[in-house]
Amino acid sequence: MELQRTKWKAFYEGLIEWIIRICGISAVIFVFAIFIFVFWEGKGLLFSENFSVWELLTSEKWDPTHEPASFGAARIILGTFSVAILAMTIAVPFSLGGAIFISEFCGTQLKEILKVVIELLAAIPSVVWGFIGLTIMSILIRDLGSTTGLSILNGAIILALMSMPIILSISEDALNAVPDSYREAAIGLGVTRWQMVYRVLLPGAKKGLLAAVLLGMGRVVGETMAVLMATGHALNNPFDTTFPFFHALTEVKTLTATIASEMGEVERGGDHWQVLFLIGVLLFTITFIVNMTAHFVVHGVKRK
Amino acid sequence: MNDSQRFTATPFTHAKESREKWVKYLMFVVTLLMAMPVILLVSYLIHKALPVLSLEFITDIPRNQMSAGGIWPAVLGTIYLVTLSLLVAAPVGVMAGVYLNEYATDNWFTRLINLAVINLAGVPSIVHALFGLGAFVLFAGLGESVIAASLTLAVMTMPVVITSTREALSAVPMSFREASWNMGVSRWQTIRGVVLPNSVSGILTGVILEVSRAAGETAPIMITGVTASLTFKQGESVYYLLGEKFMALSYHLYYFSTQWTPPRLVIDDESGNMVPMTQAAIEHAEAIPYGTAVVLLGVVLLFNSLSISFRYYLRTNRKW
Repeated sequence: MELQRTKWKAFYEGLIEWIIRICGISAVIFVFAIFIFVFWEGKGLLFSENFSVWELLTSEKWDPTHEPASFGAARIILGTFSVAILAMTIAVPFSLGGAIFISEFCGTQLKEILKVVIELLAAIPSVVWGFIGLTIMSILIRDLGSTTGLSILNGAIILALMSMPIILSISEDALNAVPDSYREAAIGLGVTRWQMVYRVLLPGAKKGLLAAVLLGMGRVVGETMAVLMATGHALNNPFDTTFPFFHALTEVKTLTATIASEMGEVERGGDHWQVLFLIGVLLFTITFIVNMTAHFVVHGVKRK
Repeated sequence: MNDSQRFTATPFTHAKESREKWVKYLMFVVTLLMAMPVILLVSYLIHKALPVLSLEFITDIPRNQMSAGGIWPAVLGTIYLVTLSLLVAAPVGVMAGVYLNEYATDNWFTRLINLAVINLAGVPSIVHALFGLGAFVLFAGLGESVIAASLTLAVMTMPVVITSTREALSAVPMSFREASWNMGVSRWQTIRGVVLPNSVSGILTGVILEVSRAAGETAPIMITGVTASLTFKQGESVYYLLGEKFMALSYHLYYFSTQWTPPRLVIDDESGNMVPMTQAAIEHAEAIPYGTAVVLLGVVLLFNSLSISFRYYLRTNRKW
């Protein structure tokens, strides 16, 4: 009997292991490639004389087709964050409440059903959400005094509905990660479930809950189709100096929607094309920072 | 339990118990408030789509400047997209999962890969689209095409496959591997003969989820090759070449609800003349986007339910 493997088999196995290694680092390659390719297409404008990053971030004048063009994305950035923050304000209380209910208050059967429903909700494609915003939500919001119904509020409600399942499931994981001995200790002291939740579980899971909110924020800022269809996509500043300073019924543009709607119409390689890629770099950076923060909030910075 | 058996309740105990009850109901209502609107919205979509929903709607080509007929080219485009992106994302994602769970040791490099997977999942879809445009459409010279869009989707959905593969593999007990190694079986043979067969259903749940993600995404394909204005002749079979532009369900919905306007004149089926649209035809045309939304939603939810039931099957039929 031959105990030695044939050379061919050893070679085959080595080859497979190398392929596996290459696939293993593919995620790293892709993340770098995404940054490099997006940056590369926009770098010509970034280093040209008639463009400054400061202008992009602070100027309110977005007129990329005019000659001379002006690339000021301040209103777009304001639009993005006003939609995102309003959406989070709606989504966070609901999803935290839902997470607490599912993980602490409900029975096993109801829990299974609710988890399946939540998972299916998370699967609804963003273009369908956008369509709901465009057709159904806009009719409801028209009653509040907006002419088209497409507005920050519409986008925020849609984004809130979209991000709730995600925030809820991460929060629920965070609550589950609190050791059962904490719960037993609290119950043993004679407290009610609610006292246990807000005195023991919430402090114990606060890092995970913070991460859930951050990850939800990252998703909301990066969401494209829903905001493109629901926010009206007009260049407005929702803030002004008179009371109440913020108008939730304004139509705004967001970073993602600007890229999606303008990319199809611009001249390939022109200044407008390049500035859209620079906005892409900006979005990549924002979500990168948000995701990293969420990761390090939970796991801490490991040193070896 | 009667009163003599327990401590006498003080007002404080009463207060905290009633608070407990209120909080419980409040949380329940909050949870319901989250799920109910969505269920209502979806039922409304289905209600509005009823005039067009039929098997013919799925298998027919668009007619009369898209004001009538079905959505078959878009359905087919989505099938192309999903299949092609799956062909790339599934093998690479599964192997990446194998590497992370079976080969990688806990060092800085593995942590870097982990961070990369997290970030890859978090990059906004429109940035993936820009990447696809820069890398596949322009740099690789694929042009705006099915293949460029599918590759973009593959990169985007890969983290789903990687994460679920990893979870499935790590659920296989270490003793299985040790038993195999002790028989003198090599590392790869152990993975192929013992680890993968024992985790294949777990890996499949991730792959099915990838299908559902790929079918629903719009932004990444918007600037990498999708179009809404292809015309097809009656009776001709619909197909796409890999280097051609294509139609897809998700984009079809976007286009229909934001950019499409009903034509003023359409061809009358009987006389062949150009006639204004009838009221019934206009109503039918207005229901088309709702129908598209319901079909898209149906596809995505079907695949997700499949993935969920797979997971339940796994949990109840665990071998170890």
